[in-house]
Amino acid sequence: MLELLEGSQAVARAVGLARPGVVCAYPISPQTHIVEALSGMVRTGKLANCDYINVESEFAAMSVSIGASAAGARVYTATASQGLLYMAEAVYNASGLKLPIVMTVANRALGAPINIWNDQSDSLSQRDSGWLQLFAVDNQEAIDLHVIAYKVAEELSLPVMVCMDGFVLTHASDVVELPTQEQVDAFLPPITPLEKLDIAEPRSMGMMAGPDVFTETKYLAHMALVGASKVIKRVADQYAAHLGRDAWQPVRVWGPDSPSERGGPVSAERPAQQGEIAVIGMGSVMGTMQAAVPRLKEQGIKIRLVTLGSYRPFPARSVREAIGTADRVVVLDRALMPGVGGVLSADVRRSMARLGIPMHSVIAGLGGRSITERSLGKVLTQAKAGELGELEFMDLKRDLVEGAG
Amino acid sequence: MFQVVIHGRGGQGVVTASELLARSGFAAGFQVQAIPSFGSERMGAPVVAYTRISTERIITREPILNPDAVIVQDPTLLRTMNVFDGLAPDGWAVVNTRESPNEVREACPDAPRAGGHLATVPADDIVREYLGRPIPSAALLGAFAALTHQITLEALAASINRLFKGKVAAGNVNSANVAYQWVLDHLGQEDAGAHGGIAHVDVDRPSTSELPIPIAGDPEVTNA
Amino acid sequence: MAKTHIPFMQTGTLVVGNRLLDEEDRAVQSYQNRPSTLTRGHRACQGCAEALAARWVLDTAMEVTQGKLMVANATGCLEVFSTLYPESAWRVPWVHSLFANAASVATGIAAANHARGRDDIRVIAQGGDGGTGDIGLACLSGMFERNDDVLYVCYDNQAYMNTGVQRSGATPPAARTATTPAVGPHPGNVFGQGKFVPKIAMAHDIPYVATATVADLRDLEAKVRKAMSHRGARYIHILVTCPLGWGTKTADSIKMARLATRCGLFPVFEAEYGEVTAVTKIRSQAPVEDYLRPQRRFAHLFGAKADEAALERIRGAAERNIRRYNLLPEGGVA
Repeated sequence: MLELLEGSQAVARAVGLARPGVVCAYPISPQTHIVEALSGMVRTGKLANCDYINVESEFAAMSVSIGASAAGARVYTATASQGLLYMAEAVYNASGLKLPIVMTVANRALGAPINIWNDQSDSLSQRDSGWLQLFAVDNQEAIDLHVIAYKVAEELSLPVMVCMDGFVLTHASDVVELPTQEQVDAFLPPITPLEKLDIAEPRSMGMMAGPDVFTETKYLAHMALVGASKVIKRVADQYAAHLGRDAWQPVRVWGPDSPSERGGPVSAERPAQQGEIAVIGMGSVMGTMQAAVPRLKEQGIKIRLVTLGSYRPFPARSVREAIGTADRVVVLDRALMPGVGGVLSADVRRSMARLGIPMHSVIAGLGGRSITERSLGKVLTQAKAGELGELEFMDLKRDLVEGAG
Repeated sequence: MFQVVIHGRGGQGVVTASELLARSGFAAGFQVQAIPSFGSERMGAPVVAYTRISTERIITREPILNPDAVIVQDPTLLRTMNVFDGLAPDGWAVVNTRESPNEVREACPDAPRAGGHLATVPADDIVREYLGRPIPSAALLGAFAALTHQITLEALAASINRLFKGKVAAGNVNSANVAYQWVLDHLGQEDAGAHGGIAHVDVDRPSTSELPIPIAGDPEVTNA
Repeated sequence: MAKTHIPFMQTGTLVVGNRLLDEEDRAVQSYQNRPSTLTRGHRACQGCAEALAARWVLDTAMEVTQGKLMVANATGCLEVFSTLYPESAWRVPWVHSLFANAASVATGIAAANHARGRDDIRVIAQGGDGGTGDIGLACLSGMFERNDDVLYVCYDNQAYMNTGVQRSGATPPAARTATTPAVGPHPGNVFGQGKFVPKIAMAHDIPYVATATVADLRDLEAKVRKAMSHRGARYIHILVTCPLGWGTKTADSIKMARLATRCGLFPVFEAEYGEVTAVTKIRSQAPVEDYLRPQRRFAHLFGAKADEAALERIRGAAERNIRRYNLLPEGGVA
């Protein structure tokens, strides 16, 4: 059934459908509406057999999640921005302990200066934490992703961040369709943890590892994430088949000639080819980008969109395939490594090292700066004309920068 | 695609208005999207929200730069910012004010020039009378329905009744109806405002039976 | 079994074995099939009182819960000496996450158990004084104010021993540590600083707070039993001698803990819902010097020229404790 729902309400209901046993969180914009809704669902009994814990910090939120997950519960938490940084130590710990926690990150900028608006600096700062990071383009994908995330997390025994752009998605009302409880129950059986605290079979978790085994644990963690790509793809396909409709994909390719309006996986779409610009990005910017394509087409600028749903693991091979023989690649980056360039760009560059195709990193929409079709169009017009630099800051106010002295 | 920008201040129900508008479009079978543009959540600060209504799937997430219509919930914004930025001269606008359309045009050069495209509604007076709280959203959406015909009063009332209950729902539906009627009565009178408030102008307070649509809600209120 | 009259010294609370007592009066440790929750083979230093205290606490809790116990451990000596992959000295479901978060991890475990209707499984969190009162204080306070069903046990050895004896918020004034060296005009740790976490715990009005030392293990056992008879947040703070950090003989760990209580510097008491309900009286008061002199961390107070001013301030602290907790029996000490 199609419904008009605020993104946060939709996500809260999707999480509820997954029947978590423990939910805990600490307030931070723009994640709050999600956990507010979940606290209500627990209070009214709509979400049964679930403990909702109001904690005193994000560090505690992740720590409670770690304890609950170690004890075998399906766990949910959510955060953003400074909150993610404040819990960072526990974020790394959760993946090291291989706990299948699912956490929504309502993507938001990092201070200073303090800024509550959307970019993707927060979750990308945790790119080496060993968590999976899956991104939603819109609120329908955000719904689907939470169910998919639990299935993937529990199969791999790894934690998953579901990343959705703060405010732009979390606070926007869209027409979406939630799966039914029966559909989710059939897709996502009760959790059966790989390892847990168990009085019948006492074990020690989180032991110290010396130099004799540490490298091996990290190697295994690496291989687990490398292998995760296949699992993610399979689970996403299973979910779509189970619901009988299109759903989130780890990599999606789209062009004006695509058979479906949302595009499809690399296997179902032709790669970019000569005469085309491959535009790569994550999250809601790709919706706006898609909307800008028809006007660009009229100007003779041919675009192929490569939307990354999976950032960790990074689907390097799919990205390479999707880029094909494009004239050039433009990466829309919502996070910056000062002194280096775009965060996503670095991953893309690594994956296309041998292709010999020029790549442009466009830093767009930092701290909530509006991303407009007009500005995206301008950037791509420049790219087509060979006038776009290797690193560009979209809509940079030169006068402000130069006036700053 | 029909794109609406709603301006107001924190506490005036701007975000709710955006959602009510989207919900009214959705009820009529359209694709919709409502995006509030949040600042820090403070009462009284300028707030803007965007609503798109379309026959096709809405994929863009950009803020609305060239709206088809603008709704202004707080008259004090008219002289502090350009609320009509990006609106075409023949775009639509609903403004909560006792001033006449021409008075608004005098203050705001970007206000719609086309006759009958700018509706000024004393929404504060209407909601004070019919709702009892200073949230002019529903009244302005009633006016919007009369001005643009992008949504129907029926759909608006259904949306209000979905979001609110009892007296609040009934008061909002009443306000929407009165404002709707106000626009029908005054549209095109470019120099007419409600300078003395609604008590002094020629607006009969409609009885429930005369209202354009039946009111769901608290019978005590509807009988009042 | 018939009661046997036994001379005091063999049955008092200070005796460990007590197989001569009635069964119900015996310590958990007196049974051959005791749980040995922290079992042999770990890497604690000789004379480590933390290992001794942890064994008593957890064995008691294991007995009370009939083995239905889960433990969250903060980073620190206890965690490091008990587990180095692939070996573990724990015979209980046990998890170590981080330094600061044992209380929160325990909350999560309790919530998971509660959500699936297993409130019969109880949870203990444990850590040292740094993990409890410094870096872990926010998580601890959060667990307390929510009144989560967790017993938190702090093993207080009064400094960061695991990292090489640096000052913590529980380090006593004048004590030498690696970061409060015994140099300059005011050697050792600063006076007028530090915190006593049991009082912070009491400020949360939680059901049960107690202090204990390894000098009176039967008392510790009784307090663990009492703590486990309550639901909600509970806190036991145990003074544990650290021969390495204190500079004491490894054979003197029990003696040093006893002197700490006898001189009044470490009060032993219980509190329920924020009010002190029981106090262990000092049976024979000792001068603070008797407690301080054997510890190398206080050696600078006693050199050729004793630091009388510092000693006077320490005496003052002991007297304040004695007054505040009413530690002397009516009619004075023996």
